[in-house]
Amino acid sequence: MDGFGIRIEGLSKRYGEGDTAVDALKDVNMTVAPGEVVGLIGPSGSGKSTLLKCLGAVIEPTTGKMTLGDEVIYDNGWRIPDLRALRRDRIGFVFQAPYLIPFLDVIDNVALLPMLAGQPNGESRKRALELLEALDVGHRAKAQPSQLSGGEQQRVAIARALANQPPVILADEPTAPLDSERALSVVRILNQMAQQFNTAIIVVTHDEKIIPTFKRIYHIRDGKTFEEKGLAQN
Amino acid sequence: MISLAGRDILHSWSKFVLTGIGLGLLIGVTLTMAGVYRGMVDDAKALLNNSGADLWVVQQDTQGPYAESSSIHDDVYRSLLSLSGVARAANVTYLTMQVRLDNTDVRAMVVGFEPGQPGEPGYLIAGRHITRNHYEAVADIKTGFRLGDSIRIRRHDYRVVGLTKRMVSSGGDPMVFIPLKDAQEAQFLKDNDAILNERARTAANPALNRPGVPGLLEAIQASQNANRNVNAVLVQVASGSQPETVANDVRRWKHLEAFTRVQMEEILVAKLIATSARQIAMFLVILAVVSAAIVAFIIYTMTLGKIREIAVLKLIGTRNRTIAGMILQQALGLGLIGFLVGKVSATVWAPFFPKYVLLEPGDAARGFVVVMVICALASTLAIRAALRVDPANAIGG
Repeated sequence: MDGFGIRIEGLSKRYGEGDTAVDALKDVNMTVAPGEVVGLIGPSGSGKSTLLKCLGAVIEPTTGKMTLGDEVIYDNGWRIPDLRALRRDRIGFVFQAPYLIPFLDVIDNVALLPMLAGQPNGESRKRALELLEALDVGHRAKAQPSQLSGGEQQRVAIARALANQPPVILADEPTAPLDSERALSVVRILNQMAQQFNTAIIVVTHDEKIIPTFKRIYHIRDGKTFEEKGLAQN
Repeated sequence: MISLAGRDILHSWSKFVLTGIGLGLLIGVTLTMAGVYRGMVDDAKALLNNSGADLWVVQQDTQGPYAESSSIHDDVYRSLLSLSGVARAANVTYLTMQVRLDNTDVRAMVVGFEPGQPGEPGYLIAGRHITRNHYEAVADIKTGFRLGDSIRIRRHDYRVVGLTKRMVSSGGDPMVFIPLKDAQEAQFLKDNDAILNERARTAANPALNRPGVPGLLEAIQASQNANRNVNAVLVQVASGSQPETVANDVRRWKHLEAFTRVQMEEILVAKLIATSARQIAMFLVILAVVSAAIVAFIIYTMTLGKIREIAVLKLIGTRNRTIAGMILQQALGLGLIGFLVGKVSATVWAPFFPKYVLLEPGDAARGFVVVMVICALASTLAIRAALRVDPANAIGG
């Protein structure tokens, strides 16, 4: 891995055309190193979700460049052809709610990603179990998602995000439904996983409880990002 | 790769099974309707098989004796026997009527036949054949009659001496076999009041009651009361003779109509039950459309209930064809459960139908294919909805 996990330069996103055009993102710049967890904070309507969707290769930016590891994803209108495979193999997602697949047991929720990538079932499950054990939910591997507590479900969701060993994980309000203790526990886990798997993690949050835990924070306002050092730096 | 559809079905198996049972009962009705049609065709073929005839000789310009009324003299069979290629010929009468047993009556086709000749019941499952010239009967078990029962046909009582099976009319009415003479009387003999009125009417007619011609009135009245008609003559052709050749001779020389077995089958299946068959076909089409609508609605609703999961699956890189395959497999799974329930249901309730329901394996196989095709088509609506789901839905905002 080079010196950064994900880097975006001059990213912009415009919705609509002509008089009705809205610039949701304007000249966004951001760099996150492997093993680093950064916060992305901004009020409603600031462009957080749009930025997250661009980073997640769900929507295409209008201009700018995005690089994942050593691979250019977008470059001023050009994009790699298979965004679906990119999302599967190189980006992990953790959502506000765990959004586990309710009809798969815990281990298959995690093993599904490697299976989708063509890994054999046995290897995928072995890898999934290792991740679940690393996240201290290995004993619930055969449980159904509905049988887990909120904190356990979120840890399984993190394990799923790590399943294909992506260079970057995007976490969208991952602590929103959790109490303080569990929220801080999730952040601890994210930091631990970032270092253990050398993954760059971007956490979008409003959660006052966890903001002080970030070493670096990106504020987004009116479609522009501003970087500041977090309290954890001091 | 694990089967997403299979896991979803196992996860919510009670919903699937209950839905499948509902769909299965509908499929069971559809299979039964097809069975009713097959039963009608089989009844018609059984009627022809059981008659033991190669040719049906009936009144000219009619399509009797089953599809139209036919009346020919009961001595015609003698002249038929003289034709080249005819091995056996026997009179028969057919009359569909209410046969009384105590205070109840049963709709049955009363068959008049000559013992030992074509037209007699092929085999008995209990009792014996008719041995007396009068007042004995052999009944199909579907009449509900038992050995020794005394049944009433018109003015006379008959004792049931034998029971037979699968002897039904083309309309599915069970048959009651009685001696030919009794059947002729039951079919053609008038009641006493009508005979008295007829005699008075004839006596009052000066053309038929001439003063100078003694015995004329009595002769006419005797001829009016006696009946020498039957509905058809059943003919068996001699070995080596072609039924069509003999039928042509009958038509040419005897001024009667003769039908071969193929022609009679055509009359029964293509003409007599054609309207019923079209009626059933309409039901089948409607049931197929209703089944498709139900499957489409169920699968579509189930898919809408999983929109968030589908968005997550798409976001994490699941191929569209994997998601479409999941929905298609679920629809086919529902169809499979429905078909199994339907087949079992139809098999269980078919014997309780008043008319014969014939469930043929070929129909079941065709039904299975149709159910699967309908389910596959019905799932397209849900697949379209799933493929339109934006993976961005999984991300807040």
